[in-house]
Amino acid sequence: MNWGPIILTIQLAFVVTIILFVISIPLAYWLAHTKRKFKPIIETLVSMPLVLPPTVIGFYLLVIFSPTGWLGGWLQDVFHFQLVFSFGGLVIGSVIYSLPFMVHPIQAGFANLPKGLTEASFVLGKSRFTTLVKVLLPNIKPSLLTGIVLAFAHTVGEFGVVLMIGGNIPDKTRVASIAIYDEVEALNYGVANAYSIVLFLLAFFILLTVYLVNGRYIRKFWR
Amino acid sequence: MIEFTLHKLLHAAEGEMHLEVDISLERGQLITIFGPSGAGKTSILRMLSGLMKPDKGQIVIDGQTWYSSNTKQHIRTQDRSIGYLFQDYALFPNMTVRENLEYAMFKGQDKKGIDELIDIVELSNLQDRIPDTLSGGQKQRVALARTLVRNPKLLLLDEPLSALDFQMRSKLQQYILEVHKRFGLTTILVSHDISEIIRLSDLVFEIDQGKILRSGKPIEIFSEKKLTNKFQFTGDIVHIEPAETIFIVSVLIGRSIIKVIASGSEAKEFQVGDKVLVASKSFNPLIRKI
Repeated sequence: MNWGPIILTIQLAFVVTIILFVISIPLAYWLAHTKRKFKPIIETLVSMPLVLPPTVIGFYLLVIFSPTGWLGGWLQDVFHFQLVFSFGGLVIGSVIYSLPFMVHPIQAGFANLPKGLTEASFVLGKSRFTTLVKVLLPNIKPSLLTGIVLAFAHTVGEFGVVLMIGGNIPDKTRVASIAIYDEVEALNYGVANAYSIVLFLLAFFILLTVYLVNGRYIRKFWR
Repeated sequence: MIEFTLHKLLHAAEGEMHLEVDISLERGQLITIFGPSGAGKTSILRMLSGLMKPDKGQIVIDGQTWYSSNTKQHIRTQDRSIGYLFQDYALFPNMTVRENLEYAMFKGQDKKGIDELIDIVELSNLQDRIPDTLSGGQKQRVALARTLVRNPKLLLLDEPLSALDFQMRSKLQQYILEVHKRFGLTTILVSHDISEIIRLSDLVFEIDQGKILRSGKPIEIFSEKKLTNKFQFTGDIVHIEPAETIFIVSVLIGRSIIKVIASGSEAKEFQVGDKVLVASKSFNPLIRKI
């Protein structure tokens, strides 16, 4: 068994999780507090990857980012940079595909906090940003952890988006889920099985962490 | 001198309501806004603190305009010198008692003030605990101390004691009076506990449906029942017991229970839990030095 796909998968999941964490906090905060009329539209867009076949997302990303597409062509001309069939393309596809898994828990965390905490902080002269960092985020740690873990696990487990936009280039875009498919196609069931076991165990322990933490079993170590 | 005129259309559960109040108070006074729930009391505090924006009016604190619809001024909450004590304490669960107070400090503020405040509310032995481990009364003391860290010009107390039992209430009233005097605060209290109002406030404004019904000294407002009484107390009915042709009504006043005789028709109007005024006028009370 070649460890390349596994390492690539974990690298991808790491990068995607970090990017998602950074963009999901402001997005979730906005969704939890806004009273704008177009909020349902944004919420729908964020949740679309939950119901849409991953191949649909992958297909449109492929169209947009291919060197003949409008955005892809522009990137190619200006930056000599190609997103399709590259690690960068995988990252973008995965960020979109795993977005709801990060945004939803964080948004729920914000929404469940008593409104009084924010107001108390404002009355004590603290800015929105200070309030977010010092008061709100520390009080939704379990939600943050859930978001991180689910986004990571979901990125590890994706297939369709990655296949469409990344293809199957060894050490560049061949992640573990694609490698399994590939090995099965070649009738190498033993190798496919090895990859599958690694992914199975990874997913199991990641999810176990979420339930342990949110079930307060290891809450005391986390505070 | 603190003056404010506030107009706001509120969307309450019973429909729309026009809040229209005009109140002025002297520095160092403690006034109470009294009225049934839904009368707009909390909205007044929220507008003073900037958490809610009035439709029209102005707020002027010691010559400084915090809000004016004429000149379109609206100073944000963070820049108003206020302390706001919430009914549910709103302590930060991720910080210890001491950290809650320190969070409130200005940049570069001396930490000595924190020690002093912790002493005043007698929490030095609890200062490293987190709020979840404190009782209601202790939480409210932390919250009270926290509102004072920034030395506010105006202290807003939103039914701060309503969730506490009688004993704790009376103790916290003591703390409130003490810090109000000690820090020379101007304080606006929202309350519907008459004994609390009489004990704490210089002036009371009774509001209903968003309008001020009357205002004046608490004793005068609450004894306007036109009895030429010499004695009166308010309390809660805790027990009603028939005794042959009459009823014996037990009323809890402060911590003592007083039994009052009521006729059958009177007793019909009473229920356990009712707030009542017990007054007497035609006997000569005993007086004894203690």
